[in-house]
Amino acid sequence: MGVQGWTFLLVGLSFALYVGVAIRSRARSTREFYVADAHVPPIANGMATAADWMSAASFLSMAGLVSTLGYDGSVYLMGWTGGFVLLALLLAPYLRKFGKFTVPDFIGDRYESRTARVVAVACAIFVSFTYVGGQMRGVGIVLSRFLEVEVGTGVVIGMAIVFFYAVLGGMKGITWTQVAQYCVLICAYLVPAIFLSFLIAGNAIPQLGLLGDAADGTPLITRLDGLHRELGFASYLDGSKGLLDVACITAALMIGTAGLPHVIVRFYTVPSVRAARKSVGWALVFIALLYTTAPAVALFARINLLDTVSGKPHAEMPEWFAKWEATGLLAWRDQNGDGLLQHTGAKSAVVNELIVNSDIIVLANPEIAGLPDWVIALVAAGALAAALSTAAGLLLVVSTSVSHDLLKRTFVPGITERGELRAARLAAAGAVLAAGWLGIHPPGFVAEVVAFAFGLAASSFFPAILLGIFSVRMNAVGAVSGMLAGIAFTASYILWFKFLHPELSTPEHWWFGISPEGIGALGAALNFAVALAAARLRPPPSAEVRRLIEDIRVPGRAR
Amino acid sequence: MASAGGPSHWTRTLRLTGALLAVWAAVSFGGGIFLRRWLDQWSVPGTGFPLGFWFAQQGSILVFIALIFVYARAMNRLDREHGVQED
Repeated sequence: MGVQGWTFLLVGLSFALYVGVAIRSRARSTREFYVADAHVPPIANGMATAADWMSAASFLSMAGLVSTLGYDGSVYLMGWTGGFVLLALLLAPYLRKFGKFTVPDFIGDRYESRTARVVAVACAIFVSFTYVGGQMRGVGIVLSRFLEVEVGTGVVIGMAIVFFYAVLGGMKGITWTQVAQYCVLICAYLVPAIFLSFLIAGNAIPQLGLLGDAADGTPLITRLDGLHRELGFASYLDGSKGLLDVACITAALMIGTAGLPHVIVRFYTVPSVRAARKSVGWALVFIALLYTTAPAVALFARINLLDTVSGKPHAEMPEWFAKWEATGLLAWRDQNGDGLLQHTGAKSAVVNELIVNSDIIVLANPEIAGLPDWVIALVAAGALAAALSTAAGLLLVVSTSVSHDLLKRTFVPGITERGELRAARLAAAGAVLAAGWLGIHPPGFVAEVVAFAFGLAASSFFPAILLGIFSVRMNAVGAVSGMLAGIAFTASYILWFKFLHPELSTPEHWWFGISPEGIGALGAALNFAVALAAARLRPPPSAEVRRLIEDIRVPGRAR
Repeated sequence: MASAGGPSHWTRTLRLTGALLAVWAAVSFGGGIFLRRWLDQWSVPGTGFPLGFWFAQQGSILVFIALIFVYARAMNRLDREHGVQED
């Protein structure tokens, strides 16, 4: 059985598993559809959150990014995990105590304002859609690469699967399929990493292999840094971003993570405040299993790649090389006509002849290392699990925003329970179709759009929720002006540098050398400042809201 | 409410949250970013791996996990001391 046979088998089995789980956990009420009846045990919710949060980007792109960026790649490692500390300490337990269904629910009730609720709904839908298009695209690419179908066909297959469990099962179906998807994706990530770590560092634990020595006794990291300098790449240990920019990107990713609606709602699904606190910890444990492995994979992959290709004759390249060349993600142009692969960085006198798309590192790694066919197929199944689980979580946010926040809470308050559930299913179905369309016709700037999603989540939701819990004085005027100021500032900075004047997007033109990826950190700070100032213009919130705040600050009733 | 005269449940919550966030910032923005070159003069014990770089790619994440579990435990205890735990 070749790679393709194994892929059909493993991907087919995993899809059958997700569908089976979905059939068993069909939602019967809106409470089950929105928050799985708040009956999810903390460890299971931790796994579901991990799968929800880790997208195709975490699974496929992150190790590749760290591999090419070296130290600069740390922003993703720290940024996408550190946000969970903010979530655990500042948001999750309080929102669980509040105990409704969505993020706009909290914002609308806490600030007693329809405007605030509608602004929050608009942000939630925008943030979720920008994200979901990339996930569907990821599903399409993986299926097309390994099953040799068109990308569009791959997207349609992915849509059919997500449609099935998101529309039928709502949050309940999603939760249990995400638990299954986490198990698939983490195995798919760890198995090749363990093989590689054993081959390169002689230690089966990648996190320890990372610290290990090469055969000649020099530490692997020193050896890789040496290779980088020799070939004229930016130093692996130093990176090339400014320190303030590194700090701002990290902060923006952290705050953005804590403000992403599809992650926040997961903590409405646990039975208690106690469970919510513990559950965030479990989520981070499960995420860290992948995130601490990623830098090891990055290091091994980089050494492996440079050793295999650098200065070697093209004619002697193994089979995988031609396969990836065919996709265009690996490209060689023999500039000096010597038939050898010169892979060099900007600081080298020798012209670079090889372009490696960092997205292929994780997918190509098992082949580069010559691992068995079933491992390669497992990686494909894992990448699909990562993309599908995130897509489902995001689609649920979109459907809940429509059926609950817009219909039930804003425009059609008299809607029946059955009507609302039907609306939720219809909205989920509509959202799947729209997401599939985005996956087949992706806007040509997926990476930029993701920066946008994080920047907006950081500069809108996070401050509004945080102030709602920690400041008794905060009122609707403060919260809405803060959100609008944060979004306007962040969006114009990103639009200016990413879309209107991409040629000016260099450190000399950025404010204080802060890149558009990191500007969400300033946007969040601006939101806080504007909100605190504007709140002074109007009276403090009503006695009822003050009671609500007192109530969410303690888990049980005072005795 | 318990502990008459002592700090309230909310005050103690804020103190704990502040202290843990200080550690959070110290390992990530300190150890992993602004102090990382200075930390790089040492290695992870028993290896040749620079310490600051380790904080940026491994250590900070491990500390984050510890912080969340410490918070969960301390808050549960605090709730019981003030009699505001869930049933």
